[in-house]
Amino acid sequence: MSDFVSGFWSIYIAVITIVSILGCAVLLWMQSSAKHVEGKTTGHVWDENLEEFSNPLPNWWRWLFYLTVIFALFYLVMYPGLGSFKGQYQWTSTRQYDNEMKKADDRYGPIFQRYLKQDIRVVATNPEAREMGQRLFLTYCAQCHGSDAQGTKGFPNLADKDWLFGGSPEQIKETITQGRSAMMPAKGVKPDLTGDEIKDLAHYVRSLSGLAADPIRIHRGKPLFSVACAACHGADGMGNVGLAPNLADEVWLYGSSEATIIETISKGRVNQMPAFGDFLGEAKVHLLTAYVYGLGGGQDVSVTTPAETR
Amino acid sequence: MLTHDKIEKNVGLLIVLTILTISVAGLLEIVPLFFQKSTTSPANELVKPYDPLRLSGRDIYIREGCYNCHSQMIRPFRAETERYGHYSVAGEFIYDHPFQWGSKRTGPDLARVGGRYSDLWHRTHLLNPRDVVPESNMPAYSWLDRPLNDSDIETKMRALRKVGVPYTDDEIAGAKKAIEGKSELDALIAYLQGMGTAIKQVR
Repeated sequence: MSDFVSGFWSIYIAVITIVSILGCAVLLWMQSSAKHVEGKTTGHVWDENLEEFSNPLPNWWRWLFYLTVIFALFYLVMYPGLGSFKGQYQWTSTRQYDNEMKKADDRYGPIFQRYLKQDIRVVATNPEAREMGQRLFLTYCAQCHGSDAQGTKGFPNLADKDWLFGGSPEQIKETITQGRSAMMPAKGVKPDLTGDEIKDLAHYVRSLSGLAADPIRIHRGKPLFSVACAACHGADGMGNVGLAPNLADEVWLYGSSEATIIETISKGRVNQMPAFGDFLGEAKVHLLTAYVYGLGGGQDVSVTTPAETR
Repeated sequence: MLTHDKIEKNVGLLIVLTILTISVAGLLEIVPLFFQKSTTSPANELVKPYDPLRLSGRDIYIREGCYNCHSQMIRPFRAETERYGHYSVAGEFIYDHPFQWGSKRTGPDLARVGGRYSDLWHRTHLLNPRDVVPESNMPAYSWLDRPLNDSDIETKMRALRKVGVPYTDDEIAGAKKAIEGKSELDALIAYLQGMGTAIKQVR
């Protein structure tokens, strides 16, 4: 290891190590060669008459210690330990790790490669690939999207037909590989909205998907919507894939209550999906894409329901 | 011939020999670490001292005892790197005083949690983990959404500078301003999001 700042440290380690191992051996030898008088005690007396014999170690025990000394010397010849000396086996933790990875790649690589060559729509219908995809999903995705892929507040349901960034295999793959980030600015593009206007807007937005709303507020909210929200969500609130969600359907990422919608409008929303492309590599992303695509919400595919896929 | 008799009856000799014996391991396994490049210099140019907000977050991490359940060291085994990312190297921790490697994993390792989840996820998860992971057994840290009160931040940075973290005078002078108006949650999330981002595992 040229890792030490100077050559001294290598010698320092080697010398202390060898001296202490040999010191153990010498101590053992001295113990065995010490003169032994049968029946001699250490001279300590406890509790009136409790004494201790001064006997040498039993031979089997002493030889076990000698064996540890021999093992230590053998170990230091074969493995790194004496300063910068690399040992006869040239062992390093990095090389052991690389070998472990290579072994796994040799074994699992071909399976991943076989699916990587297939179209995602085909992979999505293969039961083995789906099982692999599910395990990957549970390891890397379930923390946000849930173990059933149905999401939670702020984290989209992947098993329905509503897609914020598109549900085609290519779009799903892009989402996993590069991540996504979404930001709704507070108060849309009209920063001077008052509290009451926000409430009007909330009622209008609720009315788009047929939720209960105050008709007067709906009436007042509609023109506000065209000014503050329509630029992204569209004039009719149907949204734009990749830009803004559809407000006229039943799917609500953050919640459909009046209070939640008011919170969304007043404070805005920011969230992102991290990119997994570099970390997982294309083969795993491919399987994950197929799994997500096959959950039932994938677009342009014959539909399987989530219940059937489990 | 030196027998235990002589050692036991001579307290000075007993002390000297005891110290010699117990110091061997430390002399060999601790002292040389201070003179190795891989343990004393940054792993790469992306390893930087904690900025004030992250430093405050780190102290909240310690205060709340996160280390009791979360380690911060990915060992070089496939089973770990598949899940967490590139194994940890010594040069990533040179600005940690003390490091938070830990050894107990009731929860997952956090050495490369930075960028793995969104800020919103951390916010929701810290306040009540069950909101995002129904199976989680992590306690809720519902009190964290309160103003960050870290009035010793400058003192802390000066103390860290004494043990080798290269904070500049400007950085220390601007520390109070950098954490102004932040919540404890903001600080902790900033700390978590910066964790382990210097080394990426690329396939």
